[in-house]
Parts: sequence; structure tokens; C-alpha cells
Amino acid sequence: MRPLRLVWVFPDLLSTYGDRGNVLVLERRARLRGIPVEIIDINSDQQVARDGDIYLMGGGEDLPQTLATRRLLADGGLHEAAERGAVVFAVCAGYQMLGVEFGGADDAPVKGLGLLDIRSGRGEHRAVGEIVADVDPGLNVGRLTGFENHQGVTRLGPTVRPLARTSLGTGNGDGTEGAYAGRVLGTYLHGPALVRNPNLADLLLYWAVGPLPPFPPQADELAGRLRAERLAAVAAFQ
Amino acid sequence: MTGTNGKTTTTRLITAALSPLGFQIASNIYGANMEAGLISALSRAPDARIAVLETDEKYITAMVKATRPKVVTLLNLSRDQMDRAAEIWLLARRWREALADAPDCRVVANADDPLVAWAAGSARQVTWVAAGQRWREDSWCCPNCGAHLQREGDDWSCLECGDRRPPVSWMLYDDEVIDPSGRSTPLQIALPGRANRSNAVVALAVAEAFGVQPSYALREMRLVTSIAGRYTQVSRRGCDIRLLLAKNPAGWLEALDVIAPPPAPVLLAVNAQGPDGRDTSWLWDVDYRRLRGRTILVGGERRLDLAVRLEADDVQFQLVNDIDEAIDAARSPSLEVLANYTAFQQYRTVLGRVQ
Repeated sequence: MRPLRLVWVFPDLLSTYGDRGNVLVLERRARLRGIPVEIIDINSDQQVARDGDIYLMGGGEDLPQTLATRRLLADGGLHEAAERGAVVFAVCAGYQMLGVEFGGADDAPVKGLGLLDIRSGRGEHRAVGEIVADVDPGLNVGRLTGFENHQGVTRLGPTVRPLARTSLGTGNGDGTEGAYAGRVLGTYLHGPALVRNPNLADLLLYWAVGPLPPFPPQADELAGRLRAERLAAVAAFQ
Repeated sequence: MTGTNGKTTTTRLITAALSPLGFQIASNIYGANMEAGLISALSRAPDARIAVLETDEKYITAMVKATRPKVVTLLNLSRDQMDRAAEIWLLARRWREALADAPDCRVVANADDPLVAWAAGSARQVTWVAAGQRWREDSWCCPNCGAHLQREGDDWSCLECGDRRPPVSWMLYDDEVIDPSGRSTPLQIALPGRANRSNAVVALAVAEAFGVQPSYALREMRLVTSIAGRYTQVSRRGCDIRLLLAKNPAGWLEALDVIAPPPAPVLLAVNAQGPDGRDTSWLWDVDYRRLRGRTILVGGERRLDLAVRLEADDVQFQLVNDIDEAIDAARSPSLEVLANYTAFQQYRTVLGRVQ
């Protein structure tokens, strides 16, 4: 069986806080189903692999975000992969990069990758804290729980759908959280966003390989307990 | 004295190193490193001729301006409590600006940490120390221009802008310090781990700026065995417990090097209260695979976060509610405890405020 290729884009520039967690969660959930996995880390001085199945981008400070975007536009590999139907999953700064433009270090607009019809700028307040949001029912993912830490405000254009509606936290800033179009999906849940959201991880795997065989429920027990604990901890604030 | 990790320990080591001068020294030895803690340290010793002040990374720029220090010591910079701390490239830029405006100040800085070296590079007088850098996940790229850095051993350089590791005058080499004259002296400090040997070399470089020779400084530094409960051995119900404190991925990486080898059981504990940072994402930046096959106990208020993380690394573990459950589960004459800030303080309280 050809291994599932997980491509982590620019961990040297875009890995602020636990971003590796998303790679590890996808790897584990694929292997539990008997799907072999190959993890490919692409640093910013390397060419982006063209033949990946799932591309991941993490968070980053303003300058690395701008540099990473410039490099990805020049390289073209991520765009090639996305056009071919590969899955792209990006969090926080990576999410903003997917858009048409985002706010750079001096808040001047920076041209984004243009893979999602979104535009981001800087908000007045930094959004820091737990976030809870209900995913677009069509995606069958349910409720998201995570942590956000950003000052971005993101407006969604007509060709993307919001990933979720927030019930706690800021997300895009207008009651929605994240965005997706086709198999390109971004979220403000930062760092290891998939850890507490196994259904979202499985959606990405499903997009990449098709229907997923089940695995023993005890392999999901701890993640389920963590998820329940975090949702219960913030239930009073919603 | 500032940096992400090792501030409290290095402040203690510098204070020890300067004691041969015979002066009273003002110091915030318990790690209260913002306005209140600094003012309190100074007011406790109003006649002190020297102050050794651990200073928060964000607050150091104001301190440089307000106190015009003789020496500023920069240890390292890495991701830490991102929900409340500033981003580290931004911090490095602020340090760089503050030091450019302080021409009389001598900077003692770790040349092996590219962000620190860039920040210190604006100072008029710098004593460069090869203090090593175990955690590199925050310095793969050039702080000056953003290009991917070339790294070989401890050396680093940027092919794009030409920025590179500055030539050093102090060096840590295994357990030995090599001073600017090229003489090598065994450190033989009581505090464990590479990070503390690195802190000791930095302390020696600071001591020299005050005219204290390494041999005199080391004699005092070797007497430091614990810092506010850190590295302390304490016995409870027949079990020898050693406490280690680490608060972020770089700190955990160094601490995992320090813990006793198997079969000693290890209790890992994590909280996410305000002082810890409320975001546990950083747990995913630590590689736990070397703990496979050991007896691992997991405690703290956020033990489920850590449990899921260990599961992903195929590390077997047992969840425990408190230190006594951990002792019961360990079934061993000794127990190594690695905890982040408030988890550490909770255990320390149970163990009787050990020093």
C-alpha cells in the first residue's frame, strides 16, 4: 500500500506552539487503521514536495509568516498540490496565509497564497483563550474545542464556507470560525488543534484516502476524556 | 539577568560567584522578577553596593533604561507561555534596541543562541559565551533576515545576510570551563545537568566583569545545591523524591536529560494556571519517546493533556491524583518529579516547603 504522505510545510518558520501535534495525531489515527504513513518535513530552504496527500501549516510570528508566504508563492508546489486535490490544513498564521491577503508586521497588507477566498487584518484586541465552535453540519465533525491566540480578523468571501460558528471565543471575529473550500481548510484554533478534535482529524484523513475503517474504541478513550474535560471546563462561560 | 530558562538558577550562581568581593548583594533570589519583586529586592538591602537582579524578559528593556546596569546577562530565548508572553522575535528586537541605547553597559551573552546573539549584537561591549543550545526549534532561521540558518554543531551562520556566530571568549566543554586565557578548569558544581553547567559558565563570565577570578567564584558556586526547592531531595514515606522544575519545551528537554536513568520512576506533572500559561499546546513540542519502557506517572491538573501526548509517543504511563498516589504506584525507593510551575509549588507545599 502506498503510504499516506503528510507534508509539514516549513516547520522552521511555522511552528510556534505545539504545531507538530497535528502531524502526530494524523499519523496515529492513520496507523490505527492500518494505513502506512510517511512524514515529510519541508524546511523553508527546500522545495515543497509535489506528491503529498495532506499538507500542514502551523502558526508563526509576523515576519516568518510573510517570509513563508513569499517562499510558497515562489515555489508553487503547494498550489500544484492543492489544484490536484491534495488536502491542505492550516492553523492560525498558516490559516491567514491561505487567504488573498493578511496583515504583515507593520499591518500593511501582504499578498497571501490565494487558496482560500478570505482576507485577514489586525483586530483591536488579541484573542487569547479557549474557543468552542460548532462545525458546519455538512462536514459531520460536531463541536470544536481548542485554544486561540491571535489578533487577526478574517472576512470570508463568497467562494468559501465558514468552518464553524463560535459559541465561545473570537475565531474570525464575526461569529464564525475558520473557513474551507474543497479540501483546503483553515482554522484559528492554534497549535495542536486536532488533538481535542479527532473528528476533524478524521475528516482530513477521509478527504485524503476515502472511507476509513473503524479502530478499537479504547484507542480514542483518552482523547475523548480530554475533550469532555475541556468542554466541561468552559461550559459555564458560553 | 534575563532569558527564557535558567534565570533564577543563574542569578543564584552569580550571587555566589560575587560573594568573594565581600559586599552586601541585593538580589531577588525567589524569582519575583517584575517591578514589585525588583523593588522589594532593592529595598531589603538599601546599602548593598551590588544588585544581581533576575528580570522578566519583557521587563529587561525598562530595567536597562532605569538602572543603567554595569552588566546585562542574556541566557537564551525560546517559546514560553505564549498566551501571555510576547513573541520571541519581537522580544529579541526590543532587547536589541534597548542595548543599542546603553553604550556603557557590558553584555554577557550566549553566542550559541542565534536570537540572543542577534539581540546582543547591537551592544558596544559584549562578552560572548559558548553556553550551548539544546533546544533549537526557535532558531532555525536567521533573526536578521529570516533565511534558513546553516548549522553545524554549535556553529551557525546565514548564507543570505552573512550574520554568524560571534567568536567566543568563554566556553563550556563537557564539565570544564575554558576561560578567555585558554585555561581549562573543571566546574564540578553540585547542580545537575548541562543547562546548569552552561549557566555556571555564564556566571563566571559575569564574575570576571566584577574582577572575581574563576577559581574563587567556583569555590562559592559549588556550594549551591538547590534553588527554592529545585533539585532538592526529600524523603516521604520511605521514598527519596527529587524535584525538578521546568516550564516550557526547552526546559523539559533539558530536564529529561537530568532525570535519573531507569529504573527510577518518573512523575510528570502539568498545570495550566495563570503562571504556567493557560495553553498546554507546548506539551506537543517535547519529544517523550526516550521515556518508553520506564515507569511513568502522570499528575497535575492537566494530566489528561499530558496523557494524550504520551499516548501519541507510545509511552506507557499511569495517571495519579497526588504525590502519595505516585509514591504508591512507583513502588520504588526513589522518585524523580518533573513539574511545571504551579504543579511544582503544589508538590513542594505537600512536601513541607523544601528549599
